[in-house]
Amino acid sequence: MTQALSTPLPTTSLQGLKCKECGAEYEPLAIHVCEFCFGPLEVSYDFSRLQVSRAKIEAGPHSIWRYRDFLPVTTDNPIDVGTGMTPLVKAHRLARQLGLKNLYIKNDAVNMPTLSFKDRVVSVALTRAQELGFTTVSCASTGNLANSTAAIATRAGLDCCVFIPSDLEAGKVMGTLIYGPTVMAVQGNYDQVNRLCSEVANTYGWGFVNINLRPYYSEGSKTLGFEVAEQLGWQLPDHIVAPLASGSLFTKIYKGFREFVELGLVEDKDVRFSGAQAEGCSPIATAFREGQDFITPVKPNTIAKSIAIGNPADAVYALEIARKTQGNIDSVTDAEIIAGIKLLAETEGIFTETAGGDHCGSAQETGRGR
Amino acid sequence: MSIKVLIPTPLQKLTKNQATVECDAANISELLESLEQNCPGIKARLCDDQGELRRFVNFYVNNEDIRFLQGQTTSLQDGDEVSIIPAIAGG
Repeated sequence: MTQALSTPLPTTSLQGLKCKECGAEYEPLAIHVCEFCFGPLEVSYDFSRLQVSRAKIEAGPHSIWRYRDFLPVTTDNPIDVGTGMTPLVKAHRLARQLGLKNLYIKNDAVNMPTLSFKDRVVSVALTRAQELGFTTVSCASTGNLANSTAAIATRAGLDCCVFIPSDLEAGKVMGTLIYGPTVMAVQGNYDQVNRLCSEVANTYGWGFVNINLRPYYSEGSKTLGFEVAEQLGWQLPDHIVAPLASGSLFTKIYKGFREFVELGLVEDKDVRFSGAQAEGCSPIATAFREGQDFITPVKPNTIAKSIAIGNPADAVYALEIARKTQGNIDSVTDAEIIAGIKLLAETEGIFTETAGGDHCGSAQETGRGR
Repeated sequence: MSIKVLIPTPLQKLTKNQATVECDAANISELLESLEQNCPGIKARLCDDQGELRRFVNFYVNNEDIRFLQGQTTSLQDGDEVSIIPAIAGG
């Protein structure tokens, strides 16, 4: 692997990396942590030269790459496997059940190629991985990320090695194995697997999508927010309810909305941001309820394994956004998650995994005014 | 008493590119002082002005997060392995 420093080209807005804590600036390489304060690095852009319009975006590909100008890549040929532009479904029947007037579901359960929102972040991370010269990519995963990394790596011709907890559901393991990566089953929970990956990330010169490629990977989540705004007819919603694991998706939807406002693509308005966690792994909901601006890690115990992160990295930023937008962060029990999965299926014909049941359950609480 | 400390990549400039460092310490606070003596400048990267670990720094003693133990007063035994890990994202 050679990590080539890519000087920003005139066709990209990618500027560099910036520490979210102390503001230190870095070249856009495969690094994710500030050398001075250990804060997370985030991509910074220079939008001043950007010629963007609704028409230009609408004329782009029917995928996340219609928003390429807002993503941290320099290539004109990103890995486009049809990720994104998933349906924004107006959920009349579910809304009636929940006592809400206008409810939409962003259905990433039909995302391509592996039917989860992870396809968004992985498409961006692997495109950047190729730009930085990586030939092997990797991740720590509770299942969905492994599936997505393995599938998109195959399509891009990259070698892939994924690390998963050894007790992962067989169906999810099969969904990874079918693409032929090396799968390392590690005795331990997700946080322990992630720690192991963090320790070895720089040993073999691999691109770990959620570790040394994390600043680029996480930017892919913005596309979910971009699509919601475009699909609502270029306007922002009143309220977002999203599942919370590390907190990254939540913060990036917010960032995406702010970028669209900054570039004049949508009118500014107040959007409430609310999040849902499973009660058996709810450090962010606990901190929100107790008025804390830090989290106390927990050991996960929930059926919602895909969002069971006991030590969530973006928790402090998610808390900040929920508070400043008058939102809420709540937790639901495993029984409520199962009820949420059934309710979504029975009212809208959408069958999701546990994370979908999680925020369906939370939307129910939102409907009750909590 | 010898404690093996795993140093994350962003701090290895301060440890002459060594991924592991051996220290003598009876608890995490002493370990931080010992690290600082061996690798000047490292404590300021890990701790804030009050000497508390920064919020994005995770310490593990033999695979257990010190926040599930006794935090910076967590005691150390000869042969323990301490791992310093930045907070990381989900998957």
